[in-house]
Amino acid sequence: MSEAKEPLELLRIPIELDYTFSAGQSASRFLRGIAEGKLLGQKCPVDGRVYFPSRGACPQHGMPFGGDTLELSDKGTIVTYAIVRVPSENIPLELPYIAVQVLLDGADTVLMHLLKAKLEDVHMGMRVKATWRPKSEWTTSVGNILYFEPIAEPDAPYDSYKEHI
Amino acid sequence: MREVAVVGFTQSPCMRREPDRNEVEILIPVIHELRKSLGFEKESFDFVCSGSSDYLAGQSFAFVSGLDAIGAWPPVCESHVEMDGAWALYEAWVKMQMGYADTALVYGFGKPSMGDLPITMALQLDPYVNTPLWPDAISLAALQARLLLDAGLVTEREMAEHAVRDRKNAKRNPFAQVKGDFQAASLLKKPKLVSPLRQHDCAPISDGASAVVLAAGDRARELAKRPAWIRGIAHIVEPQELGVRDLTRSRSTELAAARAGIWKGAVDVAELSAPFTHQEILVERALGLGAKTRINPSGGALAGNPLMAVGLSRIGEAARRIWDGSASRAVAHATSGPCLQQNLVCVLEG
Repeated sequence: MSEAKEPLELLRIPIELDYTFSAGQSASRFLRGIAEGKLLGQKCPVDGRVYFPSRGACPQHGMPFGGDTLELSDKGTIVTYAIVRVPSENIPLELPYIAVQVLLDGADTVLMHLLKAKLEDVHMGMRVKATWRPKSEWTTSVGNILYFEPIAEPDAPYDSYKEHI
Repeated sequence: MREVAVVGFTQSPCMRREPDRNEVEILIPVIHELRKSLGFEKESFDFVCSGSSDYLAGQSFAFVSGLDAIGAWPPVCESHVEMDGAWALYEAWVKMQMGYADTALVYGFGKPSMGDLPITMALQLDPYVNTPLWPDAISLAALQARLLLDAGLVTEREMAEHAVRDRKNAKRNPFAQVKGDFQAASLLKKPKLVSPLRQHDCAPISDGASAVVLAAGDRARELAKRPAWIRGIAHIVEPQELGVRDLTRSRSTELAAARAGIWKGAVDVAELSAPFTHQEILVERALGLGAKTRINPSGGALAGNPLMAVGLSRIGEAARRIWDGSASRAVAHATSGPCLQQNLVCVLEG
């Protein structure tokens, strides 16, 4: 009888592949814009919808956007939110925090970001504005916006953002 | 068999390094131009299938962003293969045979310049005993070339002459990357890259994309004056382990060619996707091509090698020769895996 062997349970095969990633023309345009404090979107040539951040083509019609951009306001409306109370290794934020989806004025797609507000105040339709890092710290990153904060404006009517939830 | 034809084809120029655009941005104008040429700007295709590899992009689910290029709202019927677009075309063809689609858009795209391609290709080997040794793709092809040379089945001169032919043909192909007039004698004086292979024995690394439209029956006749009918298409795979295969011939190409019915008539044009000169010789032999066949009028893979699109481009290039009447019967070949592991043969007729 052959000797019973322990099953081989672990095989270590390290895989390391290096890439020189290119964000692409469209994302680069967006990132260069935000490095100057500009929020750039692009307009679909078919139906005029504004995509933010800008991308290579309208995902609805497959139409190339070309190089034209549109600068958007840093004010917007909260279309939905979540209060996060569960820690995550990758997110160094203090709990609880509010994750929001903001529809910037003039945009047709939402941006995911953070809201600095009292937990009990956050609601859909709430008007908010970006709070930026000091200009000297700006880089090619959406992190140039620290978070959004409520502003003293009446709530946006549901119909104005219902399509974007 | 249901009548299905290639009715449209577009491609991006093959470039060693696309500096600015990402994978999807390379693809977008290719699809846009194809839709425009066929009057499919508003209309949607019954089926869409793509070939690409997340390992080239270095990003999981990278292919999903490719959907931006086709416009996926309202939702579309779509599928993807982690293979060359030629295999995506095969899937679309099967779908059309089953009667699920009358039109299909097929595309392949890749930007291998972002990574170290010969090393990335080691990931398609056996993960337990081969990949950990990281044999790069050129070294594996060199082992195969060495076998062929030592067995007296090919000569270095013959290999160089294939590079000369393809580069010369590519002069007429505005999308090709490596082209021009060369002499075999002077190419053979160049240093070895990975012995016995020299630079001219290896296909270039190319960023690029291509796209094809298939249509069935009368729909094909509406879309093309002279549709390139797919009279046979088959793909065959050999074992993954190199040691158990006969590397001095391409059995899978022979079998696929037989199934596709290549020998039922004369072949006017053949477009081959073999990425090394000695492999091109093996594929020519497996397909039984003779002096009557114009081989690689586009330059083939040795003149432009956009990984994940290069095989699909061969089908498009072969179809073009049917459309323009310069061929009545054309054959396209695509390959996948190390040392011609898997091969696809497609027979087109006018």
